Amino acid sequence: MSSWFKRIKQGIQTSTSEKKEAPDGLWHKCPNCKKTSTVRDLKEHYYVCDKCNYHNRINSAEYFEILFDNNEFEELFSNIYPKDFLGFKDLKPYGARLIDAQKKSGLKDAMRVGAGKVEGNDLVVACMDFAFIGGSMGSVVGEKIARSIDHCIAHKMPLMIISKSGGARMMESAFSLMQMAKTSAKLTQLADAKLPYISLMTDPTTGGVTASFAMLGDLNIAEPKALIGFAGPRVIKETIKKDLPEGFQSAEFLLEHGFLDLIIDRKEMKTRLATLLELFKK
Amino acid sequence: MQFLDFEKPIADLYDQLEKLKENGAKSGVDVTATVKEYEQKISTTRQELYDHLTSYQKVLLSRHPDRPYTLAYIEKMCTNFVELHGDRNVKDDKAMVGGFAELDGETVMFIGQQKGINTKMRQIRNFGMANPEGYRKALRLMKLAEKFNKPIVTLIDTPGAYPGLEAEERGQGEAIARNIFEMVKLRVPVICVIIGEGASGGALGIGIGDRILMLENSWYTVISPENCSTILWRSWNFKEKAAEELKLTSDHMSRFGLVDGVIKEPLGGAHVNPDEMAVILKQKIKETLAELKKIDADTRIEQRIDKFSNMGFFEER
Ligand SMILES: [Zn+2]
Repeated sequence: MSSWFKRIKQGIQTSTSEKKEAPDGLWHKCPNCKKTSTVRDLKEHYYVCDKCNYHNRINSAEYFEILFDNNEFEELFSNIYPKDFLGFKDLKPYGARLIDAQKKSGLKDAMRVGAGKVEGNDLVVACMDFAFIGGSMGSVVGEKIARSIDHCIAHKMPLMIISKSGGARMMESAFSLMQMAKTSAKLTQLADAKLPYISLMTDPTTGGVTASFAMLGDLNIAEPKALIGFAGPRVIKETIKKDLPEGFQSAEFLLEHGFLDLIIDRKEMKTRLATLLELFKK
Repeated sequence: MQFLDFEKPIADLYDQLEKLKENGAKSGVDVTATVKEYEQKISTTRQELYDHLTSYQKVLLSRHPDRPYTLAYIEKMCTNFVELHGDRNVKDDKAMVGGFAELDGETVMFIGQQKGINTKMRQIRNFGMANPEGYRKALRLMKLAEKFNKPIVTLIDTPGAYPGLEAEERGQGEAIARNIFEMVKLRVPVICVIIGEGASGGALGIGIGDRILMLENSWYTVISPENCSTILWRSWNFKEKAAEELKLTSDHMSRFGLVDGVIKEPLGGAHVNPDEMAVILKQKIKETLAELKKIDADTRIEQRIDKFSNMGFFEER
C-alpha cells in the first residue's frame, strides 16, 4: 500500500477532527474493486464505493454525521472512561493498550452515544467504534448502553444501536462477558416501556455482541455484505475442517435464514430510518 | 481412579499403598497401622496440593474425566426425573438436557449442558457444546416451568456454544441472546450453578438467574484459557498464564461479585466423592430456593436486572 493510500485509510478510521483538517484531493482505493476516488467524493457517497457498493468501515463520528439532521446531536455519557480493574497483562498491559488505543483513535472507548433528530424524529444512537480495540465490548460499552436505555425511557425516545465489533473484550475477562447479560437485561426495561429498539449490524458484528443486544432489536437491520455471526469464520473453518460457502455469515445470508428484517444501503439509511420511526409513531 | 498430571504425588502414594496391601496379604504380616499412616499421608498431601492449586490446575479439574455431569447430579439429588426432549422446531440437542424432577417433594425444572461419559457418548453429546436448538429447548422448558410456577435450576458445564456451520445458519447468536433476554423476565425463581466449565456465551445462554453459584473447582469467564492464549499471546503455550490473567476461578468470581456464592467441593474435587458433592449441592439449592420464594416475582425480577446492571468497571471523569 503506498503511503498516501495508507494515510487516507487511517483518515477514515481516525477521528473526525483529524479528517476535517485533511486537504481535499487525497485518494482512496476501494478494497473490493480497487477503484480510486477522492476522499471528498467518498465522503459524499457515505463512504460507499460508487462503483461496487462496497461499504467502507466508518466510526461513530461518520454515522452521527450521516444520520443526525445537520450533524446536530448531544453526545451523552462522554465522561465514562475504561479502567484496567483486573491488571490484565498479555503481551502488553491492558492499561497501556487503552492509552495507546485512545491516542491512536482519539476515542475514549469503543462506543459513543448521541441524541438528536433524524428527519425531525427523536433518536438516541449508541454507535460502536471499531477503531478502538476492534470495537470490543467491555464495561464502558455495557454501561453506555445501559445509560442510553435509561435516557430513552426517561425521555420516551427510541433507541438505535449500531454494532461493529469483534465481540467481547478479553482483557476485561468475565466482566466483559457479563456486559451481554447487563445490556440484555436493560433491554427488557426498554421493551416494557414500549419504546422501539432498532439494531443496526455493520461489518463486522460477531461474538458476544451478536449473542446479546445486536440480535435483540425490534427491528434487526444490517448494511449490505456485513459479516454477522456468533463464531468467527476462522474458528468455524477449523472446527468443521471444510471451506465455508460463498457469502456465509453475510448480511444477505442472515436475511435469507430469517435473522434480519431488512438490509439497508448506507446512502438510504437516514430516509428509511426516518420512515420506520414515523411508522412506529403513527 | 484417574489422576491429572499435577496429582502425581497422590497417584504415587496410592500406588505405594496398593503395593503395601498386596505385600501384607502375601506375607500375612499385619500392615493395618502402615495402611492407616499412608491414608493419612494421602489426605494431608491432597490437602496441601489442593490448598495451592493454580488457576489452570482448577481448569483441568473442572474437566476431569471422572467429574460428575448434569444428569449425574439430577439423578443423585432427585427422584422421578423425567427428561423432556426437543425444541419443537429443529431437533433434540443431546448437548443440552432438561426435565422435571422432584427435589424432596418439590417439582423443579432442571436444565443443563451434558457431556458424554465415554468416547461414544462424548460424540453424541457434542462435548457439551450446544447448538441453537439446545438453547431453544432450554428456553422452551423454562417457559414450561414458568407456566406451571415451578422453580428452575440450571447446571452449567460447557466449553462453549458449538461453532459450527449449521449453528450459524440456525442463529447461534440469536438463540443465546434470546435466552438471556427471556431469562431476565422469568417469573419463577431461577438458580444457576456452574458445575464444571463456564465458557463464555455458551454458558451465559442458560446463566441468567436470581442466584449464580459456582462449584469450588469450576471456572467461568469470557473465553477458555487456551483460546485466550492463542489469540492474545498468539500461541497455545501461554494457557497457564492466560488462566491466571483471566481470574476465572470461583474464588475470583465471588470476590468480584459476579457470582453470588461458591459451593465447597469434597477434598480432591467433586469426582473424588460425587455422592457427597450431590448432597452438598442439593442442600445449597434447597436453601437458596427457600430464600428466593420469600421474595415476590416482581421484586425478584427487579433485583435480577439490578444485579447484572451493576456489573462492570469504569471511571467517570
Ligand atoms: Zn468498489
